[in-house]
Amino acid sequence: MDWFLNAESAGHKFALMVVAILLFVLVMGLILFGLERIRRLPVWVTVLGFLGPTVLFLAFGLLYPGIRTIWTSFFDARSDNYVGLDNYVTAFTEPQFQIVLRNTLLWVVLVPLVSTFIGLVYAVLIDRTRFESFAKTMIFLPLSISLVGASIIWKFVYEYKQHAVNPVTGEELVHQIGILNQVLVWLGLPPQQFLLNQPWNTLFLIVVMIWIQAGFAMTVLSAAVKAIPDDIVEAARLDGLHGIGMFRYITVPSIRPALVVVLTTIAIGTLKVFDIVRTMTGGNFGTSVVAYEFYTQSFRAQNAGLGAALATILFVLVIPIVVYNVRQLRLSEEIR
Amino acid sequence: MTSIRARRTSAAVAGGLGLALALAACSGDNGGGGGGDETGSTDCAAYEQYGDLKGKTISVYTSIVEPEAKQQTDSYKPFEECTGAKIAYEGSREFEAQLPVRLQAGNPPDIAYVPQPGFLKSLVADYPDSVVAAPQAVIDNANKYYTEGWVNYGTVDGTLYATPLGANVKSFVWYSPKAFADNGYTVPTTWDDLITLTDKIATDHPEAKPWCAGIESGDATGWPATDWLEDVVLREAGADVYDQWVNHEIPFNDPKIVASLGTVGSILKNDKYVNGGIGDVKSIATQAWNEAGNPIPDGLCYLHRAANFYQANWGDDVTVSEDPSVDRGVYAFYLPSKGSDKPLLGGGEFVTAFSDRPEVQAFQAYLSSPEWANAKAKVTGQGWISANNGLDKGLLQSPIDQLSFDLLTDESYTFRFDGSDQMPGAVGANAFWKQMTAWIGENQSDQATLDNIEAAWPS
Amino acid sequence: MTALPPPAPLTEQVADEPLRAERRLSRAEKRAIAVKGKLSSPWASGIAIVIAVLWTIPTFGLLVTSFRPKEDIRATGWWTVWQDPTFTLENYQEALFGSSTSLATYFVNSVVITIPAVVIPISIALLAAYAFAWIDFRGRNLLFVAVFALQVVPIQVTLIPLLTQYVDWGLAGSFWTIWLSHSIFALPLAIFLLHNFMKDIPPSLVEAARVDGAGHVKIFFQVLLPLLTPAIASFAIFQFLWVWNDLLVALTFAGGTPNVAPLTVRVAELSGTRGSAWELLSAGAFIMTVVPLVVFLALQRYFVRGLLAGSVKG
Repeated sequence: MDWFLNAESAGHKFALMVVAILLFVLVMGLILFGLERIRRLPVWVTVLGFLGPTVLFLAFGLLYPGIRTIWTSFFDARSDNYVGLDNYVTAFTEPQFQIVLRNTLLWVVLVPLVSTFIGLVYAVLIDRTRFESFAKTMIFLPLSISLVGASIIWKFVYEYKQHAVNPVTGEELVHQIGILNQVLVWLGLPPQQFLLNQPWNTLFLIVVMIWIQAGFAMTVLSAAVKAIPDDIVEAARLDGLHGIGMFRYITVPSIRPALVVVLTTIAIGTLKVFDIVRTMTGGNFGTSVVAYEFYTQSFRAQNAGLGAALATILFVLVIPIVVYNVRQLRLSEEIR
Repeated sequence: MTSIRARRTSAAVAGGLGLALALAACSGDNGGGGGGDETGSTDCAAYEQYGDLKGKTISVYTSIVEPEAKQQTDSYKPFEECTGAKIAYEGSREFEAQLPVRLQAGNPPDIAYVPQPGFLKSLVADYPDSVVAAPQAVIDNANKYYTEGWVNYGTVDGTLYATPLGANVKSFVWYSPKAFADNGYTVPTTWDDLITLTDKIATDHPEAKPWCAGIESGDATGWPATDWLEDVVLREAGADVYDQWVNHEIPFNDPKIVASLGTVGSILKNDKYVNGGIGDVKSIATQAWNEAGNPIPDGLCYLHRAANFYQANWGDDVTVSEDPSVDRGVYAFYLPSKGSDKPLLGGGEFVTAFSDRPEVQAFQAYLSSPEWANAKAKVTGQGWISANNGLDKGLLQSPIDQLSFDLLTDESYTFRFDGSDQMPGAVGANAFWKQMTAWIGENQSDQATLDNIEAAWPS
Repeated sequence: MTALPPPAPLTEQVADEPLRAERRLSRAEKRAIAVKGKLSSPWASGIAIVIAVLWTIPTFGLLVTSFRPKEDIRATGWWTVWQDPTFTLENYQEALFGSSTSLATYFVNSVVITIPAVVIPISIALLAAYAFAWIDFRGRNLLFVAVFALQVVPIQVTLIPLLTQYVDWGLAGSFWTIWLSHSIFALPLAIFLLHNFMKDIPPSLVEAARVDGAGHVKIFFQVLLPLLTPAIASFAIFQFLWVWNDLLVALTFAGGTPNVAPLTVRVAELSGTRGSAWELLSAGAFIMTVVPLVVFLALQRYFVRGLLAGSVKG
């Protein structure tokens, strides 16, 4: 047993990894083999074979903790006493909370729309050009950097130094080290505190998430664009569509399902993101979002109840996105 | 105060008993406690009391990460060599968030270094079955090598749970001895002198500002500002009011505290005084705390209030020295008091155990002993001290560390632990930081700032 | 089986270099390129270049920074490096070898963590996505929506319940907890994305196989999997990135001891106990990014032609 739990040498670790994968393949193989060999199985057995592992994993790892969180949200900081809706009242009446909610909505609307738009435009522009591979890598790069890493990069971009000039010699006493403020100085403008000045600072944080997610949108949408049947494009061309018209009337409608997937994925990812706020402003200066408040209350302030209530608010915020997807699902079902 | 004194006496009695027991254990263990002698590099005599711990592993979980983590693990080597035990060290910046998760899930480390007495208090309250009270040998060491105040910070409801590990001193103002000498300034010894000096610098040097400050520290942004307020409360309202304030016996927004915040504001929110080399008042809120002193060697700022551990943040071309002839030299003076008392603000970590296995208790005892403090001083270049009075000052390698140790062990200074570290997490690690940040960054009023923190105090 | 497109040429076509692919394009496709090419006016190229440059500058700045001495980073902007080029490898030296544990250990851990944490959830998600797309059963849509909605559960709320369970099972601190947790967290998004690709496959292909008497397992392996290779490759990249860059899951379930800690643990340490050091963080960020970039470049050829192996436009 110890062999399976403690691996110290690299060889042992790799061996353990191979064993784990083989074990997994073996179990899945047995299930599928059974499904294949035994004929005339009722549908539900087949479904169980295909969906069983998923349902098991999700019920254990996400559904149960999720329900537990909702449950916890009706208890106090140490989960000892039932407090009814008190945590929700606290969350909604706190003076800062209106701003937190407004910011969250800004994030969840702007990030998916803008990053999908940029990703799509870029995907179409570079489609089948000579530098496609290289061009894709450049936009993909931010996606491969962790959220914290990306936040550090942008903190560096927004870095502020005062514009101090020696009155006699005119020599710069302090140099800018953030590129954005340097650009302002070159343009003859005073450097700005990008992360401090409300309400623009929230937008500057949102830029970071857009910067990351555009790569995701571009990757998926580029594939979708390539899958547009050539005869449709051909027909549209014969109808005299070019450039922006082609984009508006052929490209976008053809990849509509992919667009919905990308928008949904980015929106849900954005709802959960707190690393950017945490690393760049620590939630100060009116930049906090619900996910960050949830994190602070649960892990900094050790207020389990309020933290859980904030997480539950996140669950509620995702409902409109779910509803929209259900409608899309119905729609595509009808078409098929 | 009476309860503390009573506890102290009983502890001293128990201490005598424990010492006798330890001696007995030591003499009985002479035959079996070998194993260390072969190493030769360390004198193992002082370690025989811990017995033979060969094959035992002790897991340690802390917030101290590289490069400081290396100094920690190096300082355990004598213990490992002499007893044969192995220390599994894990440092993480997510320590404060992760420790409760591990405790709640039933997966505690053997020992954790808790950097806040307030956090220790809530751990004892929330996980009474997990936190283990200090064994006798540790109680003895605590009483022998630490002042009453330090012992009390590791004590919850009359029981000693944790002993101090490292310590730091926060009541310092960094300056450039060369700049002071060139301008004929002298180190101020009273608060009024400090303000006079500030005004003089402001008039003498229109190109610079007297003070520079920065409170940005990721999701802990604001903590340097809380230290400012605590230092001034100690100086204006006194240590007793400070204790009442920290323990919430007076409201957070008590008029005395409002007055002190006003005093802090007369410096930090005064455009004539700040923010040298960095920007206006608001720039304090976004300036990284660990680079806020940089304008001093550049001559754009003259005073920067920061702890002794700030010395690690100076650039490689800056020398920590009191000598005014040193180019780009910096040094620190004690933040002067307003009255006759000399309050000293500081902090430290506390060794908390979650297991009562003999090897864990032995390691706990080692960490509270002067042997460890000296071993740690030997392997640390600069930027570390301990409040252990058995620490050999000569082993401290930086003049600031030596000065800090002098102040810590000087009876004429009244030591007080960082207040935000003693408050409940909802205040000390959240509202206090956030509201002080809004006080500077969003120009929130003194009263509103303190009112908001008072409202966040858990009932 | 007769209805299936032969798999071999398919993969070959996908793997083709753009140039060779072009040679084989049908006339219709060439025309299509010509039409789409209308977008490639100077304006279009201009916009693309502007986006590409804007997207690269921040990373480029950090790359330059990572090679500059500490003092220079604090004193001047990275763009001034052209006037006064001073470079150093010291930051990388420190980031790579400054730890008491060798970087190779962390690297091995990262690889050992990542591979199963990519393979396992994708396999499970493929089966689930197939069931949602091609098996008719009652409550299918409801279950699918439930799975998809679970995406919103923040990982932080799962930490305590999961760790409690792992401790009970005696697994805490081992790789198993990390593999299992990553697999769980990846499933909702994986199923959601793969389901989308899966249902784009023309029903005629599946129907034909069914008429030939193939069961679900056979259809899954012989009809769908070959067509889905590019989709699998692209999701594998996203999952790889998530696991590779993860700190929280590894820290919570396995702890940060050198036996199991991934590279992220080391990089998170770089800023030190009390502060943030640009010079080390920038070097660390690039050390972390090298492997994902290599993986991206290696897998990129799979989705140059579209997420569904090109053959399904019928």
